Amino acid sequence: MKAIIDISSLKKDYQVGEVTVHALRGIDLSIYEGEFVAIMGASGSGKSTMLNIIGCLDRPTEGTYHIDGVNVADMSRNERAMIRNRKIGFVFQSYNLLSRTSALENVELPLMYNSRMKARERRERAINAMEAVGLADRMGHMPNQLSGGQQQRVAIARSLVNDPVVILADEATGNLDTRTSYEIMSLFQELNSKGKTIVFVTHEPDIARCMTRSVVFRDGHIIREEEVTNRLNAGEMLRALPVEQD
Amino acid sequence: MNLGNLLKVAINALKRNKMRSFLTMLGIIIGVASVITMLAIGQGSKKSIQDQIASMGSNMLFVMPANMRMGGVQQGNSSSQRLTVNDVNAIKADCDAVIAVSPEVRSSGQAVYGNSNWPTTIYGGNEQYLVIKSWTVVSGRNLTDSEARGSAKVCLIGRTVADELFGEGVDPTGETIRFKNIPFRIIGVLAEKGQNSFGQDQDDVLIAPYTTVQKRILAQTHIQSIQMSARSAEDSELAETQVEEALRRTHKLRESEDNDFEIRSQEELATTMTSVTEILTILLGAIAGISLLVGGIGIMNIMYVSVTERTREIGLRMSIGGRSIDILLQFLIESIMLSVFGGLIGIMLGFGASSIVEILTSWPISVMWSSAILAFVVCTVIGIFFGWYPARRASELDPIDALRYE
Repeated sequence: MKAIIDISSLKKDYQVGEVTVHALRGIDLSIYEGEFVAIMGASGSGKSTMLNIIGCLDRPTEGTYHIDGVNVADMSRNERAMIRNRKIGFVFQSYNLLSRTSALENVELPLMYNSRMKARERRERAINAMEAVGLADRMGHMPNQLSGGQQQRVAIARSLVNDPVVILADEATGNLDTRTSYEIMSLFQELNSKGKTIVFVTHEPDIARCMTRSVVFRDGHIIREEEVTNRLNAGEMLRALPVEQD
Repeated sequence: MNLGNLLKVAINALKRNKMRSFLTMLGIIIGVASVITMLAIGQGSKKSIQDQIASMGSNMLFVMPANMRMGGVQQGNSSSQRLTVNDVNAIKADCDAVIAVSPEVRSSGQAVYGNSNWPTTIYGGNEQYLVIKSWTVVSGRNLTDSEARGSAKVCLIGRTVADELFGEGVDPTGETIRFKNIPFRIIGVLAEKGQNSFGQDQDDVLIAPYTTVQKRILAQTHIQSIQMSARSAEDSELAETQVEEALRRTHKLRESEDNDFEIRSQEELATTMTSVTEILTILLGAIAGISLLVGGIGIMNIMYVSVTERTREIGLRMSIGGRSIDILLQFLIESIMLSVFGGLIGIMLGFGASSIVEILTSWPISVMWSSAILAFVVCTVIGIFFGWYPARRASELDPIDALRYE
């Protein structure tokens, strides 16, 4: 199996005033192609810092980090932007869609930063991504005309559109109710079954059980790392939910 | 991001806040419109002065007697009797840069015809006088050489005098009027010139042979000034030196002696006259320029607000691959668009305002295309200058902090 993400003895220190905060204290982590990894941990455990580094938004203080075979630890700001544009798709808790911009245009956005891409190809890919998340009939809608679940689907479409090697989701179900969370997880499982590698930060255990592996952080260390047994199927759980009659 | 996409993003951002974009542009619109209008007013008055000076004569030079000091007493220059017809002849003979030369003598008095009378000035010149002073004859004929030298009692009449003595529009050619009790037969009527820049009515004149005015009216042998035309505007300076040499010779001035005459050219007069309006134009333009500056500060202010407001958007754009330069250009292009659109509207408004001022006040207005181009360039510069700092701040944001910004 090919390692998409390969991290070894990675440390990250922050300087807050005169105090040095050790956010990550030596992490070794590999994530392989086709995995669906949950990153768990309490606030301050270092999981957000980990995600920022995996997402090339931040750089480690020490250690190495390879994504898709490329060492990004020493890359400049612009080089990291390029990596984010070509290899990574982000999904955020609060969707982060551009307001007053149609769903389709939101999905096109990452491709706009790839200046070699023609407008026609951009449009085609965005339409495909919208179809992949089941929103083919909502392409012209503005974000404020969509429900929370639909907005998150648009955000997922946006993360897919550049065909990334890994999708990073940061509490992607945190703002959604249980039913919609399962809908979104079902979509992620579907994407994963088609071969997408996904790293998903969450602190909800039942969401984590939808994935293939969980990694638990505490105080800057990985304290537990295990394959998920009894993996949940979000689609079945959705059907099992009682139908609200109101 | 390529330029096409950047432009699209900027237009969308401005469209999202139409009212705010418009109000921001308003500062630039008013600034540019006022710069253009003020410069048009200034340029218009300068041009009208230049036109009026051009109407005084063609490449004209004139010689006046200089102020003289007699035993410590400053004499007014009109009291000098140093210029004579000899000087005119010397210039005619020696100065090849001068194509026409005429003596000038003048006297004020009452012109009388029947029971009408009118106070006016009679100018004495030779047959070249009309050419030098850009006069044309609409009816009748010019003075002849023999009339000029033979003290003929003939004259040309200006439109104002003709109107006052004979009635509006009447052609008085062939009639005889009296000026200081001397009868003058009218041989021609001068074309209308209107007021000059001093507000003086240029048509309130009689033109007669200089010999007639010298002998029959003033009883003097000197002349008051010499009027000349240079071959061309470029030769004006050469003519001036030639005339100076000629006159110093005829006046038998020694090396150490100052000129007892002064040579002035129409060009110098034009420069002096327009310098005032130039200062005025600069002043008006500067005041309008300040409003343009204030407009630019308005843009900067709004761009700062916009950057703060869209911090999360900036964070998102960075996280999906926007480089610092992309973010910088996005905001810079937005501010340039604000100022350039504002500038274009301002240019149109300025042209409109100029014509309204022209209609309402009947001031001479001359809109300069160069000022429109200048305004356009200035607006682009303002957009870059005032957009730079907000855009730079946006581009230097940390994507992690920007994404978390509430």
